[in-house]
Amino acid sequence: MDWGNLFVIAVGSILINNFVLMRFLGICPYIGVSKSLSSAIGMGMAVIFVMTIASLVSWIVYVYLLDPATNLWGVDLTFLRTISFILVIASLVQFVEMVIQKTAPALYQALGIFLPLITTNCAVLGVAVLNIDEGYNLLEAVVNGIAAGIGFTLALVLMAGIRERLDLANVPKPLQGVPIAFIMAGMMAIAFLGFSGLSVG
Amino acid sequence: MNLGKEFSKGLIAENPVLRLALGLCPALAVSSSVFNAIGMGVSVIFVLTMSNLIVSLVRKGVPAKIRIPVYIVIIATFVTIVEMVMAAYAPALFRSLGIFVPLIVVNCIILGRAEGFASKNTVLPSIIDAWGMGVGFTLALVMIATVREILGNGTWFGIPVAPGGFEPVLLMMLAPGAFITMGLLLAMFNWRDEVKAKKLKDEVVKRAGFITQQAVHSGEAE
Repeated sequence: MDWGNLFVIAVGSILINNFVLMRFLGICPYIGVSKSLSSAIGMGMAVIFVMTIASLVSWIVYVYLLDPATNLWGVDLTFLRTISFILVIASLVQFVEMVIQKTAPALYQALGIFLPLITTNCAVLGVAVLNIDEGYNLLEAVVNGIAAGIGFTLALVLMAGIRERLDLANVPKPLQGVPIAFIMAGMMAIAFLGFSGLSVG
Repeated sequence: MNLGKEFSKGLIAENPVLRLALGLCPALAVSSSVFNAIGMGVSVIFVLTMSNLIVSLVRKGVPAKIRIPVYIVIIATFVTIVEMVMAAYAPALFRSLGIFVPLIVVNCIILGRAEGFASKNTVLPSIIDAWGMGVGFTLALVMIATVREILGNGTWFGIPVAPGGFEPVLLMMLAPGAFITMGLLLAMFNWRDEVKAKKLKDEVVKRAGFITQQAVHSGEAE
């Protein structure tokens, strides 16, 4: 097994091409849920969880049902990719919500309110589509899913930490709230640009 | 219902990106050039119009419990059409928008208008609403792209506009430029609101003062 390759994919998705700060995926929850540290961590965990399973299931759906080279009927159904992925993700989120509610009420308490929001989190659909576009195999796709979730959580938690402090700062009135959050995100993106010089592999 | 108002509310007062903070991902991601911004804007206008049209047509036949999945399938269908048409006729644009073409499905503006407007209104207002919101989205994208393309590349819509000796700010083309431009634009809109509110308040205070003065005068007269 090629561990080096998996490491490159993981570092790439967490730092170099961070989903939020470099690829602009999942901006809505990034701005919306970063007001407090505890909800940022909850949201981050829920996203890691769903992204991992979504990467796995969407890859299987694409390869075994849609791709003419590998599916059972040899028919090109790749045009159904977008529609089938969003349905997979929507039903997956619903399913995960029900399972967690039944089996782990404590976890449901922590993640419950974030799960419905994840369906329209473009980072989840984004990672599913990217896995296919990059031609990853199943293991690479799953690693990429986990890493993308960690990258999202990292950016979200850092931002929440800053915004909790920012509440105490004297920000000019028109900049208060979302605008200053965007400017902070810009600063963080500058910091993350430093990782693009990182050569791994 | 005033159709003109349905259209114009999406432009400034309820601009989906700059006022409601919806559809932020594509607004940041494809705004490095005005050309990309317009390409994305037109795609969203098409998908939004068609989904609002279909949703307003079927709204009475869809059971309330499964309406969101139904809307998502309707939206995804039109996004697939956009993907195929763009890949066939505008491959360069398709490549530069990349992953953000399929991601139109999860653009919150579209599901938001389907759920918030088209599911409660008839066909004509729904289409007008879609145009207003779509044009408002495009307008916001073009505003961000204008700032980024001029500062980052010295061009506007591919036409060189910068004076000689202008050194392009590469940062504006990269991710940080998008975030900072967005933040400053939002702040500008907030500031505009504040100035307006202050004007209104001053006016009210002035009138109230005038009335009290009158009351005092009439009191003196008695």
